[in-house]
Amino acid sequence: MTTFATPSSTTAPASTETSVAQTWGLVARFANPAELMHAAEAVRKAGYRYWDCHSPFPIHGIDHAMGISRTILPVVVFGAGAAGCTLGFLLQSFTNSFDFSIWALVWVTGYPFLISGKPLLSFPAFVPVMFELTILLSALTTAFGMLAFNQLPELYHPLLKHPGFGRATDDRFFISIEARDPQFLRSKTGEFLKSLGASSVEVVES
Amino acid sequence: MSASSSSMQGHAVPASGMDNTIESPGQRAPLVLGTGDFHAVTNQVCRVTEHPTVPMAWYVAFGVSLMLLGALGVAVNYLIFTGVGVWGLNNPVMWAFDITNFVFWVGIGHAGTLISAILFLFRQKWRTGINRFAEAMTIFAVICAGIFPGIHVGRVWFAYWLFPIPNQMEMWPQFRSPLLWDVFAVSTYFTVSLVFWYIGLIPDLATLRDRAKGTIQQFAYGLFALGWRGSARHWHRYEVAYLLLAALATPLVLSVHSVVSFDFAVSQLPGWHTTIFPPYFVAGAIFSGFAMVVTLAVPARELFGLKDLITMRHLDNMNKVILVTGCMVGYAYSMEFFIAWYSGAPYEQFTFINRAFGQYWWAYWIMVSCNVITPQLFWFKKVRTSIPAMFVLSLFVNVGMWFERYVIIVSSLANDFLPTSWDEFIPTWVDIATMLGAFGLFGVLFLLFCRYLPMIAIAEVKSVMPEANPHWEGYGKAHSAHGHDPHGHHGGAPAGSQPAFQDPRPGQP
Repeated sequence: MTTFATPSSTTAPASTETSVAQTWGLVARFANPAELMHAAEAVRKAGYRYWDCHSPFPIHGIDHAMGISRTILPVVVFGAGAAGCTLGFLLQSFTNSFDFSIWALVWVTGYPFLISGKPLLSFPAFVPVMFELTILLSALTTAFGMLAFNQLPELYHPLLKHPGFGRATDDRFFISIEARDPQFLRSKTGEFLKSLGASSVEVVES
Repeated sequence: MSASSSSMQGHAVPASGMDNTIESPGQRAPLVLGTGDFHAVTNQVCRVTEHPTVPMAWYVAFGVSLMLLGALGVAVNYLIFTGVGVWGLNNPVMWAFDITNFVFWVGIGHAGTLISAILFLFRQKWRTGINRFAEAMTIFAVICAGIFPGIHVGRVWFAYWLFPIPNQMEMWPQFRSPLLWDVFAVSTYFTVSLVFWYIGLIPDLATLRDRAKGTIQQFAYGLFALGWRGSARHWHRYEVAYLLLAALATPLVLSVHSVVSFDFAVSQLPGWHTTIFPPYFVAGAIFSGFAMVVTLAVPARELFGLKDLITMRHLDNMNKVILVTGCMVGYAYSMEFFIAWYSGAPYEQFTFINRAFGQYWWAYWIMVSCNVITPQLFWFKKVRTSIPAMFVLSLFVNVGMWFERYVIIVSSLANDFLPTSWDEFIPTWVDIATMLGAFGLFGVLFLLFCRYLPMIAIAEVKSVMPEANPHWEGYGKAHSAHGHDPHGHHGGAPAGSQPAFQDPRPGQP
């Protein structure tokens, strides 16, 4: 706790006016990835539910230590890829092989192109665009799905305005436990985090 | 000093500027030199964007790029208002500088995706030092590439005909044409590259946001950082997403230049109608792209003081890739000649003899010299690790690869089946201004990127430092299993410490 630039680095309430309702949670600082991981294991074993680790880079094995279950993102992406592939085939076969009309916001009609004597429904020639649409939909779903599952963008968050927490994207390692956790008791949880080797434990105002 | 770095006091970090190109079995060469401290890495990268001024060379380069960009604007507007007749095109040479530039720029982009996606899948950790600006290079190169098919159609206001949009004529694009595959391939490539780049940028934008002093910086970086706060639950999904994007971008990048080669290979023209084109184009794309990465990395690391993050090992590795892919294109050049002879087709045979000894012989031999002969110098480690040598050789490759596309396109078109229809292509000032202007556009975008965004993937570089491993216990302890080496006191490291990486060569200090 050498250069941690905040006056209220203590588990005790900074002042009696600070009511429990204003407390978002506690944030504890750990020295390095190894200590963060050991502490994360202990927090999980203690049965906390609304808590998180914060690090400037992903730490190998921390999801296991925290008990994070694997995201279903790949399944969603597979569905999007399959949809893109199907859509690619339907788009090309409708617009180039048939002459019936469908309603796609406006009434549109296919056009049976006869090119170099090839069959109207020439599947091999449709493969490149089917492939590209598979990749396109999968990639967009990967990116936006990841953000959606992470509930980002979230431009306001109590942690972001907590002094000193900005170093979580630089070189510091934190564990945060939210006040809404059923086991959360400010003094008890703070002592618990201290006992795990935290170099400082601070209250985060909501 | 932060707690994370204080625990490693008394042990040596890899010395700044040390030679990390040595292969030492059983040891990993350090990829970050000069520090074992995460904060120092952040500082090194962020210093470029946070510093109130930039080196004078940046302003000079920016000014030149801006002027070239102006030339591009003039040339393109003149073309649109007058017609494609302002180019030196004729019948039969209906594609020349335009498609040469298009294929050249798309090819440049491929190295960025190779570094960010394929090397990621192969767990090549050295990619972290160069992937961010290689990806930026990809995006800007594809923007440059996208101009040319857009303007070469002549009536640019009908460019929307390329997309399957319901219209009053009840007409649809012709999906059996490789040119339309190209539209889908290149636009997908651009979109996916942009998404991949942005996802990679989010944690680093958060770093810049948390360090920003000014309100504008806080707001702008904060907006695009999307509220990232390094949460492990976020990192978990982020890493899965990053892996998925890499796995999707890998077949994509191979498909894009394959589809670009279909523009030629699916036609009947001798010199274009060859099955070797897809792999040959992909190898050539990676070759030219890596050369461009070296061309950009060498001045960037000098100017912005990033030599300990983009180390000599990174450059050495890239030069090895240039050597390998250069040999691959050399093989493709000779195999084209073999197939022309072996096919027994007189037009095919004539085309290739004409390529080497006909009216465009000079372009052909520039191509062979720059792409096949000079990269052979990279067999020598002295050349691979010499900054001036690699810079010059990479420029040669850029020139050679531009001429490769020029040779394929123009020499095949100019002398096709019927001698009475033969002609010669002579570029006009508009052709030349457009070609140079595209470099201006690329330069402007790239220089702005260097100034305002983190040029190096900060979070990724930190994650490949030994300190990031939760089982790491300090530099000295890393080798405790093998016992301490009595000769472990090297000149480059502070006294009384044991460096993590040891030079296996006898007689080295």
